[in-house]
Amino acid sequence: MSALIGSISTLSLARWQFGVTTVFHFLFVPLTIGLGLLVAILQTASYRTGDESWERVTRFFGKLFLVNFAIGVVTGIVQEFQFGMDWSRYSVFVGNIFGAPLAIEGLLAFFMESTFLGVWIFGRGRVSPRVHLLAIWLASLGTILSAAFIVAANAWMQHPVGYVIDPATHQAVMNNFWAVMTNSTFVLEYGHVLFAAFLTGSTFLLGVSAWHLRQGHDTAAFAKAARVAIVVVLVSAVGTIFLGDSQGKQMETQQPMKMAAAEALYNTTNGASFSLLTIGDLSGNPIFQVRVPHILSVLATNTWSGKVDGIHQLQAQATKKYGKGSYVPVIWVLYWTFRIMVGLGVLLLALGAIGLWLMRKRRLERSTWFLRFAAWMILAPFLANSAGWIFTEIGRQPWVVYGLLKTSNAVSLIAPGYVATSLIGFTAIYTLLAVVEIGLMVRLAKVPTEPIPADDRVPELVY
Amino acid sequence: MLALVTSPSGLEQLWFALIGVLWVGYFFLEGFDFGVGILMPVVSHDDLDRRVVVNTIGPVWDGNEVWLITAGGATFAAFPLWYATVFSGFYLALFVVLAALIFRGMAFELRHRRDDDQWRRWWDRALFWGSALPALLWGVAFADFVHGVPIVANGAWTGTFFDLVKPYALLGGLATLSLFTLHGATYLGLKADGGVRERAREVARWLAPVTTVVVTAFLGWTYLSAHAWHHTGLVPPLLPILGVGALAAVGWLVHDRLEGWAFIATAFVIVAFFTTLLLNLYPNVLVSSVRSTYDVTIAASASHPYTLTVMSWVALVFTPLVLLYQGWTYWVFKKRVSRPEHVAARSSEV
Ligand code: HDD
Ligand code: HEM
Ligand code: HEM
Repeated sequence: MSALIGSISTLSLARWQFGVTTVFHFLFVPLTIGLGLLVAILQTASYRTGDESWERVTRFFGKLFLVNFAIGVVTGIVQEFQFGMDWSRYSVFVGNIFGAPLAIEGLLAFFMESTFLGVWIFGRGRVSPRVHLLAIWLASLGTILSAAFIVAANAWMQHPVGYVIDPATHQAVMNNFWAVMTNSTFVLEYGHVLFAAFLTGSTFLLGVSAWHLRQGHDTAAFAKAARVAIVVVLVSAVGTIFLGDSQGKQMETQQPMKMAAAEALYNTTNGASFSLLTIGDLSGNPIFQVRVPHILSVLATNTWSGKVDGIHQLQAQATKKYGKGSYVPVIWVLYWTFRIMVGLGVLLLALGAIGLWLMRKRRLERSTWFLRFAAWMILAPFLANSAGWIFTEIGRQPWVVYGLLKTSNAVSLIAPGYVATSLIGFTAIYTLLAVVEIGLMVRLAKVPTEPIPADDRVPELVY
Repeated sequence: MLALVTSPSGLEQLWFALIGVLWVGYFFLEGFDFGVGILMPVVSHDDLDRRVVVNTIGPVWDGNEVWLITAGGATFAAFPLWYATVFSGFYLALFVVLAALIFRGMAFELRHRRDDDQWRRWWDRALFWGSALPALLWGVAFADFVHGVPIVANGAWTGTFFDLVKPYALLGGLATLSLFTLHGATYLGLKADGGVRERAREVARWLAPVTTVVVTAFLGWTYLSAHAWHHTGLVPPLLPILGVGALAAVGWLVHDRLEGWAFIATAFVIVAFFTTLLLNLYPNVLVSSVRSTYDVTIAASASHPYTLTVMSWVALVFTPLVLLYQGWTYWVFKKRVSRPEHVAARSSEV
């Protein structure tokens, strides 16, 4: 009995520890991926034109990129080891498959980004301008590649493919690496996450530039940066939304329970309406709600009157297939995270569209309300990213590997005290880091650009 | 003997060796990063000196750390049971290592971002402890691997944290702590200029004999007791003897200002040290201190041949590429790091 209580609380502590660590890691990761690409674009413009205002914004945002990068690195190391620490039974079960992309990520992506970033930081004046430019592009490519492998690993957990279960060891064993890397879930998830990361980087670039434009700092440079940012915001918002919509349709066939729970749809319905907003409880008896007829069917199936499965029916099917137990994830979390993500996605699309319109009218620098709006919108992608992952991961519950391994059977068999120590320890460290890091970012983001020194010789001490 | 001793296949042996190479590579590279972090307070007189010290490893420390990340990922993929057992069993120790690496990594990027003495002092502390704690704990962990850990069937852990801090393991920790610090000193002798270089040389001169004593004691203990602890490990005497010999020579090499050779010597000692320990483990990946039938063998913990084959191809194609560009960066940054006064002086001479 006490062993049972022990294992239950180890489980919930481990879940909290994983959630806190990963969400924290992923606050910084999308900015690294997005800003890395944008700094590479700015530096390319500077290299091509020789225009010093491009160079000034390159260095300005380069500095912010590096400060953000550092925290992505140090929180990532925890990710790599926490599977073994907290989820050892999971690790044994999936190691054959999940471990491979993780190892390949290290070899192909992390070496590339860390090495070439070192060259970029310290290389000015030591390598030629062309190699220096190449270094930031390779570092950016490294971040984009790293996302591919980790998302492939995650997509396998959402939709396992290319494996058999070894009858002797009960482990999942890979039999088709190509299938793992071309998983339909992976393709959409990777696209969505990548566009979301570009959206994060470009919204940041736009917001910070907008703030400086309002202050009247170096308007020549920040207006250029803002223009690049607006185009990227618009393109990546469209991409994020388009791929997110495709994911929704795929989810209806691969993880129908997630979709039903996200909509709090209890009974199978043809021509289901989409719930925009609900006040009261989500148990099927709301006090007030706003619904748009037929839209859920369109979102999930692409047809006006398509059938969307309901929670009750799906629960009955799952019990028949997998045995007794609840197969319904936490509905209110799914309902609200999905709405936060989608709502912010639409808002970000508006940001890009209005920005483009103002740009065409040549009114961008003077439109104070837009500049203020853009500065506030910096927060939106961070919220949407966290909401997106929380939605994806909680929606998969009770499974950690969909249909194969339940979360409760994945956790390490260790005393809860250990996990509590690391949960409290990491949370304390992350809180401290967040305060220091965000404080420093805000500080650096508000300092105007620096002039490029006339004799730009090799800086002896960079750090 | 009840154990069904299955000997590892060629592919499994290859992956045991490759993971060994990743760990040894990690300790060779990050070993001097740790040493440099530990020595920073000792070899610097002022903030400029400290910046010189940090800049000697600035461009490369992150790439060095990726050796650890890749070792972790490769262990996960090639030997899931090894990965799962070690990291859940060494839970608290690993937590401390991770926390230390977090603060150390932040220190590199953040200490120079504000011109504020208080701010820098805090990050300097983070750099010191963030280097010293892992340098100690990695040695404790590797000594525990060899000595045996309290596991029963299927790698299930039965012990507590205190089973991991036996005298032998603590001596192992002191051995790596002193060895990495010495490695850092020879690295600074090679990469820094001016006062830092001289002071690193002084440190190396007295630290070399101390390290020799500690490492010899540890390797001697390992050698004498290995057969008593478990019967299977390979215990070749030549490698540790060569390692200790090279270590004994470091003092002379430093004294004669043969800085390049001194660095090569400490690097060789690290390779010999960890290779000895890993060979000692073979054909197990974890030794049980409870009963030898509970040992986790290479064969029992390995992934299926398909996964290992896929990874072998990836490793075959990309490892040379990685080594090539990582090597290239050491070449790009081969110049010694000196205090900025020198730059000004030199450029006004021209
Ligand atoms: C922020 C982004 C995020 C990312 C990048 C991932 N996850 Fe996730 N994961 C979560 C966000 C999340 C979460 C929303 O934070 C969960 C849901 C509940 C919880 O406690 O954490 C979670 C839970 C969770 C759990 C614990 C079970 C649970 O309580 O849900 C495991 C074992 C994983 N996930 C595994 C992974 C793996 C192996 C990933 C990498 C490929 C991964 N997740 C990526
Ligand atoms: C839960 C699974 C995850 C694991 C095990 C993991 C692992 C890691 C590790 C070890 C690092 C440090 C790399 C270094 O030192 O250079 C890192 C950083 C990073 N990760 Fe994650 N990560 C996870 C989630 C994600 C996701 C989902 C993405 C992308 C969509 C991602 C992309 C990145 C990027 C771009 C960085 C930035 C900093 C850097 O790479 O150095 N990670 N991650
Ligand atoms: C209207 C717009 C959007 C739609 C329809 C949408 C749709 C989706 C869906 C259906 C998923 C879950 C996929 C699954 O669990 O299999 C998802 C996940 C996610 N979304 Fe969105 N999304 C939108 C906007 C955004 C925005 C603006 C961001 C961030 C800037 C974002 C970031 C994420 C992330 C990080 C995930 C988790 C990774 C994944 O499963 O792809 N999304 N989105």
